[in-house]
Amino acid sequence: MAQHLIERSEDHPDIITVNMGPSHPATHGVLRIVLKLDGETVVKAVPHIGYLHRGMEKIAENRTYLQFLPYTDRMDYLGPLAANVGFCLAVEELLGIEVPPRCQVLRVLCCELARIGSHLVWLGTHALDMGAATVFFHTFRDREWHYDLVEDLTGARLTTSYTRVGGVSRDADAKWLQDLRAFVDEFPRRVDEYESLLTRNAIWLKRTQGVGVIGAQDAIAYGMTGPSLRAAGVEYDVRKKRPYSGYQNYDFEIPTGSDGDVYDRYLVRLEEMRQSARILDQALRNISDGPVNIDDPKIFLPPKRKVLTSMEELIHQFMIVTEGFECPAGEVYHSTEVPKGELGFYIISTGGRAPYRLRIRSPSFNNISTLPLLVEGGLIADVIANIASLDPVLGEVDR
Amino acid sequence: MADGEKTIASLRERFPEAVLRAGSFRDQHWAELRPERLVEICRWLRDDPGASYELLLDVTAAHWPDEPQPLEVVYHLFSLAHNDRLRLKVRTGDPGRVPSLTPVWASANWNERETFDMFGIVFEGHPDPRRILMPDDYTDHPLRKEFPLYRG
Repeated sequence: MAQHLIERSEDHPDIITVNMGPSHPATHGVLRIVLKLDGETVVKAVPHIGYLHRGMEKIAENRTYLQFLPYTDRMDYLGPLAANVGFCLAVEELLGIEVPPRCQVLRVLCCELARIGSHLVWLGTHALDMGAATVFFHTFRDREWHYDLVEDLTGARLTTSYTRVGGVSRDADAKWLQDLRAFVDEFPRRVDEYESLLTRNAIWLKRTQGVGVIGAQDAIAYGMTGPSLRAAGVEYDVRKKRPYSGYQNYDFEIPTGSDGDVYDRYLVRLEEMRQSARILDQALRNISDGPVNIDDPKIFLPPKRKVLTSMEELIHQFMIVTEGFECPAGEVYHSTEVPKGELGFYIISTGGRAPYRLRIRSPSFNNISTLPLLVEGGLIADVIANIASLDPVLGEVDR
Repeated sequence: MADGEKTIASLRERFPEAVLRAGSFRDQHWAELRPERLVEICRWLRDDPGASYELLLDVTAAHWPDEPQPLEVVYHLFSLAHNDRLRLKVRTGDPGRVPSLTPVWASANWNERETFDMFGIVFEGHPDPRRILMPDDYTDHPLRKEFPLYRG
């Protein structure tokens, strides 16, 4: 079966071509890489993407803004809450509106929960790919806890669709905030636990240090963003450079690396989880009472209770659901720091209820484009370490 | 200062005949450039210390079928040093041809491949002008406006 995947060329009898993926346990989705190997050394690597291309940008042109929201769940399906927030912020920028303070805090909670959830999957599968199965059980135990919180807040584990343009779909109750408090208090200890399994583990160090090195200059040239860029020593984080949802009010650090290897990318993401817990802690302390949604019946759905008793609210509900809301003509680019890096939405509006053009600037797409640079000249076993350390989600690469 | 405003002012000063149009919305400024000057201007934008847009965030396009030059390529640049975003555009006829920015930024490689795949715009000088999301034997360019959402 595997025989037909290997092809020898007459000029280079020692070089064999191996097809890795598109369905391979270590490619973190449907990524295919054609590897030319000289023995165990990778001579050339050509990534092929597009297996999860669903044409989201085309679909967006034929949906109202609100109807497009569920599609954002299906980009980075390890952190859908962050994409929900990013999309709504972009549309709000187009409309020129701002959400109330309580909603901003709730959205920060969403973004950081998404970061923790995504990084837990990354760490568990990264270690599993390298043969350290134990870590996976620890991170997936805590990910269940995290998913319980997500489910209690949004009603779904994965397809959250929690935010709305101008607010969120439902407020968090006191019980949920208490549950989250328990998680936030315990989580840093769990991160220490993962760290005790890996950070000074001799095999882990041998497999990750000096592997898949990318310098700051190359990382920037390739449009890399997120933890992978910061591991190369570039302190670029949208939350700090371009604060949104009130991120300027939180005290947190941006961890950076210096060597830009697999190990630094590991350390940066690990520390990011601690910083996320720190942000969650501050958000829980600072959350204020008050409205969560904007008071604009042309944009935001009225409360159900009023829809059932008042004619005017019924009409507003009907209009928003069937036709959507009007946006002004213009174009905006708005980006947020999602677990993978900078997720940007570029909306061209000619007025009306659907975008003329919606562009999704995906961090995973740009990050994974560095793969040939990282793996060529290295060993085939390190290809797997490199893929995991870039933390791509192919739903977001292909959109 | 709003995003890109200062840079566009210095572009107008330095390359007066190359800036065709400019505009802004919600404090985000954009400039349309002459395609033949694009590479030269982008190299200046990357290297000049007053601009230093080291990061090419995104390349994409929009299709305006009723306009004389229906294809518009849009670039988003970011300067880490000055924390400034800039949006550049070039217009081209149909079938579209614009110079590739791969000599300036490596990230142009995949992003231009996607723009070609989706709009059929040819990037002259691109080292690897293949499709990227659609299959190699595919013949359409799905983000063009004449491409229907449903078929059959």
